[in-house]
Amino acid sequence: MKALRIFLNGVVKENPTFVLLLGMCPTLGTTSSAINGMSMGLATMVVLVFSNFIISLIKDIVPNMVRIPAFVVVIASLVTILQMLIKAYAPEVDKSLGLFIPLIVVNCIILGRAEAFAAKNNPLDSIFDGLGIGIGFTLALTLLGAVRELLGTGRVFDVALFPETYGALLFVLAPGAFIALGYLIAIVNKLKKN
Amino acid sequence: MAYILIFITAIFVNNVVLSQFLGICPFLGVSKKVETAVGMSAAVAFVLTLATLVTYLIQAHVLVPFGLEYLQTIAFILVIAALVQMVEIILKKVSPALYQALGVFLPLITTNCCILGVAILVADGTYDHTGIETAGLLTGVWFALSTALGFGLALVVFAAIREQLAMMNIPKGMQGMSIALVTAGLLAMAFMGFSGVNNGLAHLFGLN
Amino acid sequence: MKKLQSTWYNMAVVLTLISVAMGAALAYVNQVTKPTIEQEQQKALETGIQKVLGGGDVKVNEEKTLTDANGESLQVYYTDKGMAVKASDPKGFGGRLVALVGLDYEGNILGYEVLETKETPGLGAKAQTWFQAGAKGNIIGKRAGDLAVSKDGGDVDAITASTITSRAFLRIVNNAAATAMGKPDANTSATGLHKN
Repeated sequence: MKALRIFLNGVVKENPTFVLLLGMCPTLGTTSSAINGMSMGLATMVVLVFSNFIISLIKDIVPNMVRIPAFVVVIASLVTILQMLIKAYAPEVDKSLGLFIPLIVVNCIILGRAEAFAAKNNPLDSIFDGLGIGIGFTLALTLLGAVRELLGTGRVFDVALFPETYGALLFVLAPGAFIALGYLIAIVNKLKKN
Repeated sequence: MAYILIFITAIFVNNVVLSQFLGICPFLGVSKKVETAVGMSAAVAFVLTLATLVTYLIQAHVLVPFGLEYLQTIAFILVIAALVQMVEIILKKVSPALYQALGVFLPLITTNCCILGVAILVADGTYDHTGIETAGLLTGVWFALSTALGFGLALVVFAAIREQLAMMNIPKGMQGMSIALVTAGLLAMAFMGFSGVNNGLAHLFGLN
Repeated sequence: MKKLQSTWYNMAVVLTLISVAMGAALAYVNQVTKPTIEQEQQKALETGIQKVLGGGDVKVNEEKTLTDANGESLQVYYTDKGMAVKASDPKGFGGRLVALVGLDYEGNILGYEVLETKETPGLGAKAQTWFQAGAKGNIIGKRAGDLAVSKDGGDVDAITASTITSRAFLRIVNNAAATAMGKPDANTSATGLHKN
């Protein structure tokens, strides 16, 4: 039960995008379509689960003063491994996410969870925390990507829902990212109150 | 001329925050007051330029000759973290006044993705360098400085708008980050007006 | 287990250990994935060449790196079915545009593939489909060399609201043909390219 609670906490109560407002760069930069948002979310989740697990394993042998550099080395290595795997087995994803894959290193969510959760809890709980936060992040990015894709081009996951000529292209472009996320957060705020 | 082109393109046309989505966290986080925004911009300009210089040299003289390109991310992030620490220590000793002004922002910079992002772009030579024969150290550092100024411009303008916004009556659900994001969207729209300017300038300068 | 104290000795040992362990993991994964990445790139290039030359098996006879009139370097693959030229133009809308163009040895366009684009998603990115056979701006079967959009007096329809992208794309096609066929105005680094 505890595992489920930790998991749901990450997905809903501490949703990294809508509640904690962390990791904004990939959130805005990679959500020009639902599929891109989802790939970024999943990539981040994989890194998060492994980094939480490893950091929680080594937390006792790392002296406090070098905690941050040690964690950063772990996270950067995991990101590089993921980057190589994506390049080898999913080159299409590498093409559409580009620079944002190495930038997972500086995503505040990863280091934030390492500090706030993995450094204080056992490895199993840390994995569930990583899964929860990761899925929360993935859902948020997929939702934002779907909204932008729909408003911009009339498609979701490349399935046409209305003709492209009715789409407001602005939402696929940079300003639309800010505006769509702003309104999504407003809606989440509203729902939270009820 | 090519340097002017890089300068204008990096600041206005491909603004790092408003069109490249790098450095959004400090953009949203430290933009409540113009004063802090200026401090943050100065700190970013300083570290970004220095970090790009150092990481470029590491890439060209250590990673590539030894075939260690796959260590790029890890090497760069460690260099940036160490650099930020060093700058902090040196500033404290050499210029306490400057340290007072920038000190609080320095630790935040390590996780500012525009530093790592620009460092990777320059080291890989994949940034937009229209009109320059080959992407080298000088153009890379110049590009980094221009990018940092673009970051500063966006941040300060945004902070000024938010200062005004704080006095407005805003619907409850939209308060805080929500209205800030919509404002940023409008600002990004304004910057979109510059798109294409780089091609026009390149034509004007005869860099076609 | 008690947490280790922050002594210099402990810190140095732990950091070194972690770095070595992670470095070893990286080196291992790098070794495993490197051949696959290279294979993948090679395969992507091969399928690209097949696609722009009209599908089916293609035998690459020769590969050359040339420089076009604008000083851009381009790759030419001479095959039994025609030439596949990987060319680029730095002045697309958002930056560099790279495309693979398939030509027969007379300079007629057999096909093309946009490889890299920084264009506005949804607008300029349409170049991949816009100029294909049957689409509005069809260039397949046309003779490359002096293609131009209708706005500039040519007979190719530009992508709606993306004239700059369209011009950049046609420049790539024209330069590819001029350079690969070794026209006198093209500043080639090699001469006498007519291999057939």
